[in-house]
Amino acid sequence: MAVREYSTVSKIYGPIVVVEKVKEVSYNEVVEIIHDSERRLGTVIMVDENCAVVQVFEGTEGLDIPETRVRFLGKPLEMRVSKDVIGRVFDGLGRPLDGLGEILSSDSRDVNGSAINPVSRIYPRNYIETGVSAIDGMLTLIRGQKLPIFSGDGLPHNRLSVQIARQVSSLKEDFIVVFSAIGLKKHDADILMKGFEEFGVLNRMVVFLNLADDPTVERISTPRMALTVAEYLAFDENMNVLVIMNDMTNYCEALREISNYRGEIPGRKGYPGYLYSDLASLYERAGMVKDSSGSLTQIPVLTMPGDDITHPIPDLTGYITEGQIVLSRELHRKGIYPPIDVLPSLSRLMKDGIGEGYTKEEHPEIANQLFASYSRVQDVRAIASIIGEDELSSVDKSYLKFGERFEREFISQGFDERRSIEETLNKAWDVLLTLPKSELTRIKRERLEDENAGKSEPDES
Amino acid sequence: MNRVSIIRKVNGPVVVGKNIGVFFMGEMVKVGEMKLVGEIVSLDEENVTIQVYEETTGLKPGDPFVGTGRPLSVILGPGLIGNIYDGIQRPLGKIEELSKGFYIGRGIETFPLDDEATWEVEMLKKVGDTVEPGEFYAKVRESESIIHRLMIPKDVRGKVIESAKSGKYRVKDVVMVVKDEDGEKHEIKLYQSWPVRTPRFYREKLMPRIPLITGQRVIDMFFPIAKGGSAAIPGGFGTGKTMTQHQLAKWADADVIVYIGCGERGNEMTEVLTEFPKLVDPRTGKSLMDRTILIANTSNMPVSAREASIYTGVTIAEYYRDMGYNVAIMADSTSRWAEALREISGRLEEIPAEEGYPAYLSSRIGGFYERAGKVVNLNGSEGSVTIIGAVSPPGGDLSDPVVQHTKRFVKCFWALDRDLAYSRHYPSINWLTSYSDYTEDLDEWFRKNVDENFSKYRKRAMELLNEDDRLQQIIKIMGEDVLPDDQKLVVSIARMIKVGILQQNAYSEIDSFCSLKRGFMMLKIVMDFYDRAVEFVKKKVALSQILKEDIVETMMRMKEMIGNDELEKFEDVRKMIDSHFEELERIYGS
Ligand SMILES: Nc1ncnc2c1ncn2[C@@H]1O[C@H](COP(=O)(O)OP(=O)(O)OP(=O)(O)O)[C@@H](O)[C@H]1O
Ligand SMILES: [Mg+2]
Repeated sequence: MAVREYSTVSKIYGPIVVVEKVKEVSYNEVVEIIHDSERRLGTVIMVDENCAVVQVFEGTEGLDIPETRVRFLGKPLEMRVSKDVIGRVFDGLGRPLDGLGEILSSDSRDVNGSAINPVSRIYPRNYIETGVSAIDGMLTLIRGQKLPIFSGDGLPHNRLSVQIARQVSSLKEDFIVVFSAIGLKKHDADILMKGFEEFGVLNRMVVFLNLADDPTVERISTPRMALTVAEYLAFDENMNVLVIMNDMTNYCEALREISNYRGEIPGRKGYPGYLYSDLASLYERAGMVKDSSGSLTQIPVLTMPGDDITHPIPDLTGYITEGQIVLSRELHRKGIYPPIDVLPSLSRLMKDGIGEGYTKEEHPEIANQLFASYSRVQDVRAIASIIGEDELSSVDKSYLKFGERFEREFISQGFDERRSIEETLNKAWDVLLTLPKSELTRIKRERLEDENAGKSEPDES
Repeated sequence: MNRVSIIRKVNGPVVVGKNIGVFFMGEMVKVGEMKLVGEIVSLDEENVTIQVYEETTGLKPGDPFVGTGRPLSVILGPGLIGNIYDGIQRPLGKIEELSKGFYIGRGIETFPLDDEATWEVEMLKKVGDTVEPGEFYAKVRESESIIHRLMIPKDVRGKVIESAKSGKYRVKDVVMVVKDEDGEKHEIKLYQSWPVRTPRFYREKLMPRIPLITGQRVIDMFFPIAKGGSAAIPGGFGTGKTMTQHQLAKWADADVIVYIGCGERGNEMTEVLTEFPKLVDPRTGKSLMDRTILIANTSNMPVSAREASIYTGVTIAEYYRDMGYNVAIMADSTSRWAEALREISGRLEEIPAEEGYPAYLSSRIGGFYERAGKVVNLNGSEGSVTIIGAVSPPGGDLSDPVVQHTKRFVKCFWALDRDLAYSRHYPSINWLTSYSDYTEDLDEWFRKNVDENFSKYRKRAMELLNEDDRLQQIIKIMGEDVLPDDQKLVVSIARMIKVGILQQNAYSEIDSFCSLKRGFMMLKIVMDFYDRAVEFVKKKVALSQILKEDIVETMMRMKEMIGNDELEKFEDVRKMIDSHFEELERIYGS
């Protein structure tokens, strides 16, 4: 469709510009807003016979009514895709930040994506060895899964996401990590980038950066750009892609801000009623599909306002993703890294991707037992804090001991430490044997009676 | 009549067009050059408002839209079973072919049933017979486990003037012609259409008195649901709503399952699609897919079609009920449906009530659950529709309006509990806050079909669990040691019930399904053990002697050791317990 230009702006408020007397403007079309020599991008969010309502990604700061011109480009927001994006750094609208020039490709994709037909999906089953015991052992990540990290301000989610990105990008399955920074503080982003650089993984990554002082509205497009590139690499180029989106809380704040400007009826805590569907339009882009050997795995990272897991952002995320990894302030205070609290955490896809033929035959039982026993530890600790440790029965005392060892030896590991699945499971066994065998009711009897229990042989594959 | 008009405004899935005086409420329209499917949801002299069931990117004022002159409808006929549809009954398999890729294309027009396939039709009526709506006129073997009984469509009543011979036909073939009193002729094909939002007719509603057996102990034994009943499964994320629904879809003794994935995950539908064809229906020995129909309108598919998906599903369910089948619907999740209502209502600028939901939320929820029931059909056969809806309240908080309104219309409430889920007690159905209003109506059936004392045992076990809850409060403050032995015993037995009976691992080969007989035997063993243990506590025998480790462990593990087809092995457990108590008797005897 032809490009049309208007200078009939009638209203500017928040990130929104209203243009009058437009013709042939379509819903969701991209526009260029030109003021002096500066160009910004926006999309049409409502249109009727007289006017178009445009949301401007870079914000409306500095725009005025007489001088602003609006060009309608006749297509939705797009991103150029090609394998050349690997190793590159872009801003939240997909423009290069690394001075290495535009991506040359005739293949442009609508960044909003389309829904994957459930019939065309492949049910994900192959696990990804992240090298982090708490994850591999109890919250196994599966290729094509969406598994977020629920964190809080000041908790080491950035560290953990760098560790995962690093360890995954050097796996033999050839993982590409697409990193999408959404509203991150400059300082945090620098640390992240330095982390990647140090380990020489930037050439296996694609980075999209939207920093705290970048326009808020651009946070809406940042994850969409990242996912568009990721879908291309996974489904067209058959690569294994891990997308890290950090911090989704900033994304949701941006959405709330725009909704507010549009005068929409707010839902819980002021977030728009469509927050669930909007988040789903991002998270559901993970998966595996027929006719492609690639996979798109997502680790969205979010900080829970007030550490509240029932806050709409973690809540609606948890309702869409296939589990969650929850970081705990208490473990962090104890000096445990990574401070993963396994009890509220969950990986829903792990059931079909572990055990015989996938990881180790005994893996499901061990994971179940760890969950059950550690959950009992919480009860015992509560009682111990009332009646004193000495008053506990001998079984309960063994639970306290198990709890300590579980946190200090199994959960806790170094930032540079990468554990194989065998090491993880051996450690788990070892820690479990702190308990009397009669307490290990989730483990098959035969296995308990087996003398070699706890010494699984490393696989040579 | 010219039914073409133009678009005036596009606001997400809501489009306003010019009213040229020919449109009606509920009419299906095709919007824009791409012919996106839409439905007229409000009208005034100037404008019509259209809810568009596909993504509206690219639509613009001035684009055309066309009325089809028909209401949005469901197509009913052979070929539904084993199929997977989106919220407005477009077959996702065919969409995959036509979209030429794994993304769902837009504006794809396709008939919901396979119109090429031929079916072996056995005609039941001959020329000269009189027929009326709902009457069976032919039958078709639709799948290994389902005989599809073809019914005379609504509004058709009269004499058969032409009838095909039994033989092979396609769904669009005319197999019969009926002439009504006014002399009008009606061609009967293997399919009929029905307006998606209208309940199908029936003669009479009956009291449901037979349980839907789900194979899940906590449901069947403690909070049973009747065939024709309704239940809600509320719970926060990750508490097990979908798992419970999948378990029911696999194991419940219904003839037909309609599974609606309403605004939930794509992978969960893929899981059903890959797993069910390989699973065997324990009652028929055939593939589970041979009784299953899937509606998938996942969270990233258009929100307006999500709103419709519930009605598409329940209409299909009623159609099979009309054939005399017991049908069960799983709707996961009704909260996403309510949110779709809210979103559309917001775009229509209606005045919101609580939490932004429209004021008609309650009546819509009621209208949906009212479609459950055991009925006498128009043709005299009996069938039922059982509705089981998941509810996903924000923050898992049960004061949410969708939970509260749902509670008014369902008779079973299986409340999932976050703490239980965190401690990996599955199914995490909370035994204190859940309820079933069917227990009494079903008692007679349980007495006749399982055991004379079934309800007595259930009642006693529930009492024990309640007592345990009271004691847990004390333990939390003062530790278990302060309790006297008889109360400690209660706590121990309650733990056996919780771990050994209420917990049931869906992934366990042996225990995923539990027959009523087996479940009852397990409960009886534990409760009988309790009765005898009480006697010894009274005699001041040490608890550690009474609760012998290996016996307690056996009672907790028997669900993993003894399968549904080796019930005789429970006798061994009994014997073991008997000799334990005989031993105690010998030592501490009177
Ligand atoms: N009966 C069960 N046996 C074993 N595991 C279970 C059972 N019920 C639930 N689970 C575990 O709980 C996890 C979450 O369950 P499920 O996906 O059904 O939650 P949900 O309530 O549907 O959550 P959401 O609202 O986010 O969809 C499952 O992946 C499984 O690990
Ligand atoms: Mg679910």
